[in-house]
Amino acid sequence: MKILLFISIIFTGMLLYPGTTFIRAEITDQLIAEDNCVSCHMEMEILPVDFQKYDIHLQLGLSCAGCHGGDPSSDDPEESMDPKKGFIGKPALKDIPQFCGKCHSNIDFMRTYQPRIATDQVQQYYTSIHGKKLKSGDTKVAECVSCHTAHAIPSGKDGRSTVYPLNIPSMCNKCHGDSEHMQGYKIPTDQYEKYAQSVHGLNLLENKDLGSPACNDCHGNHGATPPGIESVSHVCGGCHVNNLEYFKESPMAKPYVELEIHACEQCHGYHKVGKTSDGMIGVGEESVCTECHTSGDAGYEAAEKIYTSLSNFVSIYDSAETKLKEVQRKGMDDVDILFLLKEAHQVLVHTRTLTHSFTPNKVEEKTQEGIEKSKQAIEKAGLEISDYYFRRRGFGIATLFITVLVIALFFRIRSMDKEKK
Amino acid sequence: MIKNIGQKIYAWVDERFELSPILKFMSEKNVPVHRHTAWYYMGGVTLFLFITQVVTGILLLFYYRPGADSAYESMRFILTEVNFGWLIRSIHSWSANLMVFFVFVHMFSTFFTRSYKKPRELTWLTGFVLLALSLGFGFSGYLLPWNELAFFATKVGTDIVGVIPVIGKPIMAVLRGGEDVTGATLTRFYAFHVAMLPAIFTVILFVHVLFVQKQGMSEPEGFSKNKKTMPFFPDFFLRDALLWMIVLNVLLFLAVFYPWDLGFKADPFSPAPAGILPEWYFIFMFQTLKMIPAHVLFIEGEVLGILSFLVAGLAWALVPFWELKSKRKGFSNPMNIIGIIALVYIIIMTIIGYTS
Repeated sequence: MKILLFISIIFTGMLLYPGTTFIRAEITDQLIAEDNCVSCHMEMEILPVDFQKYDIHLQLGLSCAGCHGGDPSSDDPEESMDPKKGFIGKPALKDIPQFCGKCHSNIDFMRTYQPRIATDQVQQYYTSIHGKKLKSGDTKVAECVSCHTAHAIPSGKDGRSTVYPLNIPSMCNKCHGDSEHMQGYKIPTDQYEKYAQSVHGLNLLENKDLGSPACNDCHGNHGATPPGIESVSHVCGGCHVNNLEYFKESPMAKPYVELEIHACEQCHGYHKVGKTSDGMIGVGEESVCTECHTSGDAGYEAAEKIYTSLSNFVSIYDSAETKLKEVQRKGMDDVDILFLLKEAHQVLVHTRTLTHSFTPNKVEEKTQEGIEKSKQAIEKAGLEISDYYFRRRGFGIATLFITVLVIALFFRIRSMDKEKK
Repeated sequence: MIKNIGQKIYAWVDERFELSPILKFMSEKNVPVHRHTAWYYMGGVTLFLFITQVVTGILLLFYYRPGADSAYESMRFILTEVNFGWLIRSIHSWSANLMVFFVFVHMFSTFFTRSYKKPRELTWLTGFVLLALSLGFGFSGYLLPWNELAFFATKVGTDIVGVIPVIGKPIMAVLRGGEDVTGATLTRFYAFHVAMLPAIFTVILFVHVLFVQKQGMSEPEGFSKNKKTMPFFPDFFLRDALLWMIVLNVLLFLAVFYPWDLGFKADPFSPAPAGILPEWYFIFMFQTLKMIPAHVLFIEGEVLGILSFLVAGLAWALVPFWELKSKRKGFSNPMNIIGIIALVYIIIMTIIGYTS
């Protein structure tokens, strides 16, 4: 009976779990059964609850002794935790990077799990502010465990992981948002609040867009360091490639370096990077150009020209979109107009990027291309709308003609019937 | 002058082909006048819609190119670039639907007025074949734009054919031109739609109309007591023309104000979109097959459904040969009850099909 029950449990498990999960669970169950460290420490309730469900190490066959040393086959605590048998126990905070690096810096070992895994984390870590400070004896800074946790470490691709992209901002904020903890480092502690309001933060935290940058995407993860004056533009340019290229060729690039102004940050801010608008360029209320440029200087004039070209294009593009909606509302063919507007929109995106060249002629040239496409769309929409009315007029005339014929025929039939009577 | 030339031409043709007996026959032809005369016009309206189908179909053929890579594109071209292409396509689609509708009206009016009785058994039978061919026109034409809805509806439709025991699978393979609905199915349906079906339809239609002309209109029971008629020319003909013009006007209205949608291009690798339905005239069968349980006793539900429809269709086609004779009138006449049950069943199943 018991055998039957056992077999049915095994089969139910096989049906419910996909292959890899099943194999991993099998390894974990076997480990827990055979490993005296796990069974004993679980009994003593000093291991995180359900840690076997989380921990990637345990799931891949690496138990306590894999990191802490000792002999897991012995159920005698003195023998299993004997330093002679390589038992390390709890490492000191300053030793944690090397403790983890034993395996994670060993490419031959790590390759057996993931052929393309990086093994330079420890090396990078010691180039970071965290690493440098730890080396100098400051144990308040983050080391491996601070971010990855000690036990129950899930894979970074697992949504439960502290280093899963969606969790990174709050994970960094644990220390960086704690003013008491950060006391003495002379850096602000409001980064998370600012980031959460930024276009990047809203996209990541609210829209769950994993493509949006978290802290580590700009600051680096293991080699975390604040970007310098020149590197700020490279950090942003990692994603905003064209913006950086145009900026580097612009007349603004050199003076920025000379005046020690952070390139992108000067206009867009940092951490609280807002959603951009066309008004940011030009000389209007939203303008960021007027923070430095005043009426009469070349920059002021260039900003005004760029804004005029851009807003002119946007207004024609908007008219084309309105026309498109009218065509769609009337149930007419909108495919060609959609194609044209798609192209015009592409040009609009390009034009907005091109504003970073701060060269009015280049922007003007590009807007002409977009205006041309938008005008073609308006023209096509106009034809569709007039065709709509033409069809109705045509139907009206045809109906009138047919109705007259129907009436005439009706009277003819009636008169024939009367004649017969 | 013109009258003279006309008379001369007529005399020339008459001398060679003896037109006078035909004209005599036509001028003496009479149509019975009674309270059911209105139903006589239904066949004429169906004929008018068929002529519209032929004319607009030929015009569409100028630009339509069959093939998985060209059908949808050529339809787009017809709708967007060809002068009045949208109108022709829309009239073709609407007129197809109206034609099937009037075929049903014509059939049920013939059934309820007992016009299928001796000596008109073969007129009924040819009419039934014309109904089947009309449905074939609809089914084959539905796929030709090669859009998403048509593609999956054809897939479902031909799948149903495949369920028929023994002969189902071979028929499905012939219809599809292979195992699946592909470009080969499209060219096959194109051949059915523009060559095979029109050829067969025209011949059967000619025979059907010839039977009607030869035997004259069916007269209701007791008509001879108070016989009242009207000449076919010009009285009935002018009334027919009046109705045709009204139908033409309705067609134009539908084509202009409710132009037929082209939809998205068929993608055989995409999952079937929600709400796939066949043409409205197949819904009652489709809905029935959906509602039958997977197994009824020892037979598969779908097979049972299809076999039932085949038997019912055959019985309907052979009505003149097994008609239940009765002198009762109205709802107590068994044939009227059968007709009403069939009609109500079709209407209810169609409504459920669209609302469920």
